[in-house]
Amino acid sequence: MFDIFAEMLSYPFITRALLVGVLVALCASLLGVSLVLKRYSMIGDGLSHVGFGSLALATALNFAPLAVSLPIVGLAAFLLLRLSENSKIKGDAAIAMISTSALAVGVIIISMSTGLNTDVCNYLFGSILAMSGNDVLLSVILSIVVIILFVIFYNRIFAVTFDETFARATGTNAGLFNMLIALLTAVTIVLGMRMMGAMLISSLIIFPALTAMRVCKSFKNVIICATIVSVTAFCIGMFFSFTLDIPSGASIVVVNVLYFMVFTLVSKIKKA
Amino acid sequence: MALISCKNASFDYDGNTVVSELNFEVDTGDYLCVVGENGSGKSTLVKGLLHLKNPQSGEIIYGEGLKSTEIGYLPQQTAAQKDFPASAYEVVISGLLGSKDFSPFFSKADKAAAKSNMELLKVTDLAKKCYRELSGGQQQRVLLARALCATEKLLLLDEPVAGLDPIATNDLYAAVEQINKQGVTVIMVSHDVKTAVEYANKILHLNNEQAYFGNTAGYVESEVGKVFLGTAPQANAALGGAGNV
Repeated sequence: MFDIFAEMLSYPFITRALLVGVLVALCASLLGVSLVLKRYSMIGDGLSHVGFGSLALATALNFAPLAVSLPIVGLAAFLLLRLSENSKIKGDAAIAMISTSALAVGVIIISMSTGLNTDVCNYLFGSILAMSGNDVLLSVILSIVVIILFVIFYNRIFAVTFDETFARATGTNAGLFNMLIALLTAVTIVLGMRMMGAMLISSLIIFPALTAMRVCKSFKNVIICATIVSVTAFCIGMFFSFTLDIPSGASIVVVNVLYFMVFTLVSKIKKA
Repeated sequence: MALISCKNASFDYDGNTVVSELNFEVDTGDYLCVVGENGSGKSTLVKGLLHLKNPQSGEIIYGEGLKSTEIGYLPQQTAAQKDFPASAYEVVISGLLGSKDFSPFFSKADKAAAKSNMELLKVTDLAKKCYRELSGGQQQRVLLARALCATEKLLLLDEPVAGLDPIATNDLYAAVEQINKQGVTVIMVSHDVKTAVEYANKILHLNNEQAYFGNTAGYVESEVGKVFLGTAPQANAALGGAGNV
């Protein structure tokens, strides 16, 4: 097995994918706990569809994918929160609206520019070949920023997640922290999207959180457990992707599903 | 000057006035119960007192250097909290965040404050337990300890005994009374008017406007108080009449 790992690491594109993937998996699991508990799980899904649209746009205009996607998805995150907080359209409906319209626009752009080809398939389901050298540097910097911000605001994110009304009443700017969570999620999704695929990236956000919540009893332990699950699931998924020659995104999701099933079983046994 | 004075305040939702012409004062050390039927504007007033909602007209003035962030609030529980994986200690200490301006982490003094509040509410032995696995009464005690972390002056309790069994209810009332005797002003919104007149020294009765405000003894003797407490003869007659229709 170590031989296979050594062989994997000898390919530069795999080392790049592993480096960025581990960091993105870490960010996704940190944010995922808060999103799942705030009943915002679908935000990840919605934003990834917007990411698909923006990738299509970037390719059609021949711009750098990250430079186009980051502001567009960030803006969508901002809009989603605004919509679900203020208006008469409820959060889940707002997300469905934005994600399907972004998907539609993306499909139109693709059909007008390159037509449906392997590139599109890669956008949807991910490819570990997607990362170029420049992307890696930017991705590493951004994911480290996400992690640092999360650690600095950890206590406040907990307060806002557990009880937004109380946090507001005692002077925490809950709106600001909701926005921070949404923006960090947007960044994480854009970074992970091309490797995991627009259809699969949201699983990276929700699965580790749900898995950890099966067995852990405190918020801190849930966060720690989620990060471990997320990073190991990513590495194991990559390993099977390489050895069995299956798409990496799908392989990682399946490992996450297995983790979830095992943890559910453990919690059932513990209770019995 | 009073701790809180409410002058001609009214509140609305989308332009529909919910509760109007509120004029009352709360002094330090008071135990004020806000009573009234569902939809009488109690929860709206709570939002107003917490600055989560601005009055449509009139004003709420805070005296004696009370900052709006120094109100310990015990909210009604939300559905999301029922399956929330957090230890009781994590919940309690999060109450201290409001008083910290920029520092992202808790200091030793913060941790000591959280521990002493848990001691006061007898939840120290629950510290490592998961919040979602506590009983309703234990959860309310934990939330009360968190509220105390946020304040030394004013507690605002929104239906604190809703859904609790009689023993847990009495425990919680006793805990609130003890806190009040230590000098913390208490404002409690409650359905339970019989207990309200037992513990509170002031009563505010709302029915979309201010039906009564004053001390508890006066409330028991007042028309509105008698009807609500069921001690007025016409109230029983009215209820009996309604039952026959």
